[in-house]
Amino acid sequence: MSANMVAVLYLISALMFIFALRGLSHPESSRLGNIFGIVGMIIAIITTLMFKSVLSYVEIGAAIIVGGAIGTFIALRIEMTALPQLVAAFHSLVGIAAVFVAAAAFYDPASFGIGKIGAIGKSSLIEMSIGTFIGAITFSGSILAFGKLQGTVSGKPIVFKFQHHINALILLFITFLIVIFCINQSPSIFWTIVFVSILLGFLVVIPIGGADMPVVVSMLNSYSGWAACGIGFTLSNNLLIITGALVGASGAILSYIMSKGMNRSIISVVLGGFGGEQAASNSDGNSDKIVKQGNAEDAAYIMKNADSVIIVPGYGMAVAQAQHALREMGDILKKEGINVRYAIHPVAGRMPGHMNVLLAEANVPYEEVLELDEINHDFPMTEVSFVIGANDVTNPAAKTDETSPIYGMPILDVERSQTVLFVKRSMATGYSGVDNELFYRDNTTMLFGDAKKMCEDIVKSLA
Amino acid sequence: MEAHSSEVFVIGLTVFFLACIIGYYVVWSVTPALHSPLMGVTNAISSVIIVGAILAAGPLGHDTSKIFGIIGVVLASVNIFGGFIVTYRMLSMFKKKPKKEQKDK
Repeated sequence: MSANMVAVLYLISALMFIFALRGLSHPESSRLGNIFGIVGMIIAIITTLMFKSVLSYVEIGAAIIVGGAIGTFIALRIEMTALPQLVAAFHSLVGIAAVFVAAAAFYDPASFGIGKIGAIGKSSLIEMSIGTFIGAITFSGSILAFGKLQGTVSGKPIVFKFQHHINALILLFITFLIVIFCINQSPSIFWTIVFVSILLGFLVVIPIGGADMPVVVSMLNSYSGWAACGIGFTLSNNLLIITGALVGASGAILSYIMSKGMNRSIISVVLGGFGGEQAASNSDGNSDKIVKQGNAEDAAYIMKNADSVIIVPGYGMAVAQAQHALREMGDILKKEGINVRYAIHPVAGRMPGHMNVLLAEANVPYEEVLELDEINHDFPMTEVSFVIGANDVTNPAAKTDETSPIYGMPILDVERSQTVLFVKRSMATGYSGVDNELFYRDNTTMLFGDAKKMCEDIVKSLA
Repeated sequence: MEAHSSEVFVIGLTVFFLACIIGYYVVWSVTPALHSPLMGVTNAISSVIIVGAILAAGPLGHDTSKIFGIIGVVLASVNIFGGFIVTYRMLSMFKKKPKKEQKDK
């Protein structure tokens, strides 16, 4: 196959990937988009297999089958609530794969046309080490993010003295290593870069706490793209450069949307350490205030007599696996002629769009699921807001209390509706550690209990 | 040789920036409801790095580079299959459901 033919086929593959992303602009076109993505990948792989230098079909075929079987098995078995950690785990694989490809190029530069061992071009070396560096950070950062999401590692931010200084020093050290590597091309320096970058990846994610995870997961998504880009530059492969840039841009935009949803700069999320420490400051004033409590029957009665209900789900719904029971409740209310809709805050859950997927899993039609901007002005005309597993994203203090750590964060205006039903396990504060004044309002009724059990009980009372 | 390699780099850079701009506009047009599938599919396509791994694994014989290549192919394949399948699973949940008896208004 001629070089031009390869370039054209790679271009087609890259276009397919662009269409794959483009398809996601609407649920109806999205499945076709996914097929474009698969076709693009098949074209890329077959084209590469046609290279003259590629001869060991048996080994490559076996490797694809083994990897493919593992991937298929995991993807088919995974619970939808565990998606965030699955995505984090997959990111780590992209990162480490990038490291291996860079290492392969370093040990056998001739196969990639970038020079001979010990005499690789300077620019190739720089590109290679940058790809390796980003890949290794993505790998270890994602593993730690996976651990935090899975619960094997504490989700609490771990902060220590001089954290940022240490990270900055390590970064400086890596830069120094890369310079040395470009001069002496020594394998030991290459592997030092790998290991120090892995260490840095851990240190970067360690201070970032549970609810900031949507930002971290999107950021690692972005890194995995830039790593692919770095490898693309090393191999002068436009397909890798284009795809890497698409993925990098996608992750960067998602990180931006997520941090905007929390009214925080990406920098402050990256530096981490948010949550927990402010807990004491705001909560003391409220300890003697009265909270109105209700049970499932009260909730059923209130909602049955309403015209419109907006359901506000949060991470707690995912934890309790309450989405199916919740949908059942919504269905009964709809049968009664009540207008039931769902309001999703951009940072609800542990990854971008987490709540939408869970509601879709429970067969909630996507037309009933609305974003913050689309639904926020409807709360004053709504009789009942049903908050389930969300907390900080409904806290009116974000609008009024300038001293609050969440001040300025866009919130769902549930307090403007006539009645707020708040399903919660206990009076504990949300992730930000800020007390929610909504609990003490006259129009709020607290429903204490497990989210799933509560929905089931309400369903029974409604029947 | 030196002039040639810098030319290649500039072409790569051109492609890179144009792709970033395309990515920017395409991703902003993604509906927020599908941000999770977006992560799934970007995950899958970023494994196009398998192209590099196949090149490394390609030659006959058994040197270090080839072993790294094979490992790379395995890892990237996990991601390609896993990423596309999990995206497919997510997207099929967003299918319009055939309405049962209750859609009376």
